[in-house]
Amino acid sequence: MEAAGNLVNLGFEVYLIERTNRLGGNVANWYCLFPDFKPSSKVVEQLKPAIQNKVQFRFGAEVCKTEKKGNKHLLHLNDGEVLECDAVVVASGFSLFDAHRKEEYGYGIYDNVITSADLEKQLAENHTVMTTQHKAPRKIAFIHCVGSRDHKVGNAYCSKVCCVTGVKQAIEVAKMHPEAEIYSFYMDLRMYDRQFEDLYMEAQTQHNVRFIRGRLSECFENADKTILLKAEDTLSGKPFRLSVDMVVLLVGMQADQSLKHISDMFALKTSDDRFLSVADVHTSSIYSGVEGVYLAGACTGPKSIHETLNSARAAALSTAIYLNQN
Amino acid sequence: MKVEGKARIWKNYQKEIPDNDFFYVRSCVRQNFFPGAETTFLRIMKDELGINVYDDPAHTSCTGIGYHADIVPFDTTMTVVARQFALMTEKGFKNMIPSCITSFGLYTEILETWEHHPEVLEKARKYLKEATGRTFEIPENLSHASDVIFKFRHKIAERAKYKLINKYTGKPLRVVEHIGCHYAKMFPSKGVGGAEYPYVLTGMVESFGGEIVDYPERRSCCGFGFRQYLVMANRGYTIANTKKKFDSMDPYKPDCIVTNCPGCPMFLDKGQYAIAELEGRVYGDGKYGIPVLTFEELAGIVLGYDPWDIGLQVHQIPVEPLLDKIGVEYDKSAKYKGIGGRDLGKPQHSKLIKAYIE
Repeated sequence: MEAAGNLVNLGFEVYLIERTNRLGGNVANWYCLFPDFKPSSKVVEQLKPAIQNKVQFRFGAEVCKTEKKGNKHLLHLNDGEVLECDAVVVASGFSLFDAHRKEEYGYGIYDNVITSADLEKQLAENHTVMTTQHKAPRKIAFIHCVGSRDHKVGNAYCSKVCCVTGVKQAIEVAKMHPEAEIYSFYMDLRMYDRQFEDLYMEAQTQHNVRFIRGRLSECFENADKTILLKAEDTLSGKPFRLSVDMVVLLVGMQADQSLKHISDMFALKTSDDRFLSVADVHTSSIYSGVEGVYLAGACTGPKSIHETLNSARAAALSTAIYLNQN
Repeated sequence: MKVEGKARIWKNYQKEIPDNDFFYVRSCVRQNFFPGAETTFLRIMKDELGINVYDDPAHTSCTGIGYHADIVPFDTTMTVVARQFALMTEKGFKNMIPSCITSFGLYTEILETWEHHPEVLEKARKYLKEATGRTFEIPENLSHASDVIFKFRHKIAERAKYKLINKYTGKPLRVVEHIGCHYAKMFPSKGVGGAEYPYVLTGMVESFGGEIVDYPERRSCCGFGFRQYLVMANRGYTIANTKKKFDSMDPYKPDCIVTNCPGCPMFLDKGQYAIAELEGRVYGDGKYGIPVLTFEELAGIVLGYDPWDIGLQVHQIPVEPLLDKIGVEYDKSAKYKGIGGRDLGKPQHSKLIKAYIE
């Protein structure tokens, strides 16, 4: 959306090809955003005016095949339409890690094991969080790094934003259920950006969120549908068990499956982490290395919203410079 | 608990199990712990299913217990296992089925090592040749004996005389399945259903009419843990772990436990006696404890085999309450009679765990 809006502003004709039938990508599925708890819907709404009635939307569309005709890219869509373009900005985003793959955590098997995305959905729909048995949770555990920094699932990289997402969600739940005990299991807390550390401190000092350095070993369901956690507190060096009413798995970002197809079509390179490679990680992080193809957002790796929007603006500017020169 | 969630995982862990022609390798310890189990397996395979199984008296221990106790080095273990494969090759078989879970895990570990490090395979071939003059082929298929019973579970169910249904209530019997740690925890893809929610015993129990009890300590070890039990100073860990499992499963009121490992039925069966003596607690109905069966014994029971022919009299926890629930006909007076009616003598019983037949 941001790249399209910027290119329209710079005077170019833009097609926006969207796989789903709505705008906003993953952000539209979120309730509120770190670090200021701004509703995510407001961010999506803020981006819309720059493109509404200004770009040519193709909803429910996917690029099936591409051809090169001189300097032009011919994009064949799934409905048979062919778009002739002078440049392409890939902004296909990311997928969330499929928590079913961490079998030992019991997602999809134990009723009260949910993901961070499920929690956002609950919050967006109900403005509160309840167990599957419709009870207010008295004990909740947040599990960091689910599907991130985990060689076992093939995702060795850090997803960057889950740490602060976990802190944000812990604060949200604490505000809704002040009496609840909230635990947060982490291996590192990477509060890398402005105000993140403040949120982390707020969680501890104002909401009594208990941060436990230790990765969860496994989950089980007790007879009363509470979840028994087996974990280790690596600071005290002791294994322990804890029963909670609800477990929230902070699922990381991973390269969307569509990236394989996209990289094949445009002859783009991918990295070991399956995200798209960039021409130069320092000086050209929005250029694919293939003439006329630019990269915006999380298709090149995990990013926060402001990082995504900045890369979209940079991609739009680079695209504009390329178009003006050709 | 969503069963469909488990079924989703089971689909990811399908395993190829051959139809016929198996080279069977027995366990070192099962014939002492539960002497009828392996005989029952062979009887089911040959008499019920008409399957060609070769039980070679020349095979030896795989050294698994010594290996996991850190007293037998890997090269030695590998050479001994290579010899088992040589016996299989010499007899013209390509499918190996170990009776023991630890053997199965160890053979899997060695085969995986050889696949990824061919130079180690060459070393094993060299050692075996030098030591015995033998050569060997790698098995085309390695399945555990419980995999094979799982594969034929529907056929066994068709031939069954009894179902795992409580004749007093008409409801399915509630069965705890306990999987040996070395079955799939090391190599999840080698076990039916994977490591976290194994299906191998669950599938059997369901086919025989029972229902599975899941409980929080399901995945925990029986307590054996090799170095826990083999090192005398660590044995407290063994009984503590066994107790933890029973404390966790008891509220679910299981009718019995079924296992697929040599050590697990031993520790879950005898452990109940030890816990009763140490803690004064008897699980299950508070009188007899929770019966513990091997998967072969379970299959033998539903097929209507005489309980004393399949060795159920050597269990610490009396199995008669379970047999009565199923409706099995048996001769109470023959429990401690051996072949030809020979008197085997009666064991001493715990003061707390009652003997079923006084």
